Amino acid sequence: MHAAVVVFPGSNREADVARALRLSGAKVSLVWHADTALPAGTDLAVLPGGFSYGDYLRCGAIAGRAAAMDAVRAHAARGGLVLGICNGFQILCESGLLPGVLMRNVDRRFICHRQTLRVERTNTRFARAYTKGQVIDVCVAHGEGNYFAEPETLARIEGEGRVAFRYCDAAGQTTVEANRNGSLNSIAGIYSEGANVLGMMPHPENFVEGLIGGTDGRGLFESLAA
Amino acid sequence: MSSSAMKARITVTLKSGVLDPQGKAIEAALKSLGIDGIEGVRQGKVFDLEVAGTDATAARATLQTACEKLLANTVVENYAIEIA
Repeated sequence: MHAAVVVFPGSNREADVARALRLSGAKVSLVWHADTALPAGTDLAVLPGGFSYGDYLRCGAIAGRAAAMDAVRAHAARGGLVLGICNGFQILCESGLLPGVLMRNVDRRFICHRQTLRVERTNTRFARAYTKGQVIDVCVAHGEGNYFAEPETLARIEGEGRVAFRYCDAAGQTTVEANRNGSLNSIAGIYSEGANVLGMMPHPENFVEGLIGGTDGRGLFESLAA
Repeated sequence: MSSSAMKARITVTLKSGVLDPQGKAIEAALKSLGIDGIEGVRQGKVFDLEVAGTDATAARATLQTACEKLLANTVVENYAIEIA
């Protein structure tokens, strides 16, 4: 597994995601946003968390049009794997690689806390190390994670089984309280039509070592590296 | 601004039905200031642009491309173009 992590001005989680990928056995390269190609042999392109371009205009809007994103789009069109975490999810939506948009959190607050997610689907390159319905303990840290899509788009995403993770309580129930940012249908992450692109607001890369407080994020990186 | 340029203003607003937490917060702040009679607030963005040339039709086409490609996210936002 060769992963290319794209770094934009204002990205700040590239080192964490690179570390999580390496722990699972992946080879990792960093790619600058102005680069027009991914390294030869790239299997997975990663858009890390952070505040690309200071969140100017809209979160992910300017990064979504960066030169490196043309290469990421071409990679995805060839069936290549793409993972966007937090700001990376916002960039994927802004670049048109995933449908919908991440709006301001419903309570207007930046939220930063541990969060349980329910794994909705496991027959993908990103989640095969998990079991369906498994509740995983990770973290969220964002101000704009409120997933929104037009009703027809949302119905299509649900109908095609493209929801990757939902915010839930410890028992796996998708309650209003567990859905702190107000996302439609408690959506925490979605797949592209071919399930080769995954965008998610929570940070699995935060929880890959017990010393840090949890290891439930590890399944995602192990799924990819396997 | 050169003499052969036009001034344009683009207004980007949230589509109706899209939740606007910032607008709601502003509405509540206005109420707390004792400014009564405001029944709703929706927050948007304004862009003032200078467009080269004097051809308003060509300028409008350029601005429309700018809105579609960057200035507005048409999933949740509408835009309006005015050329002075």
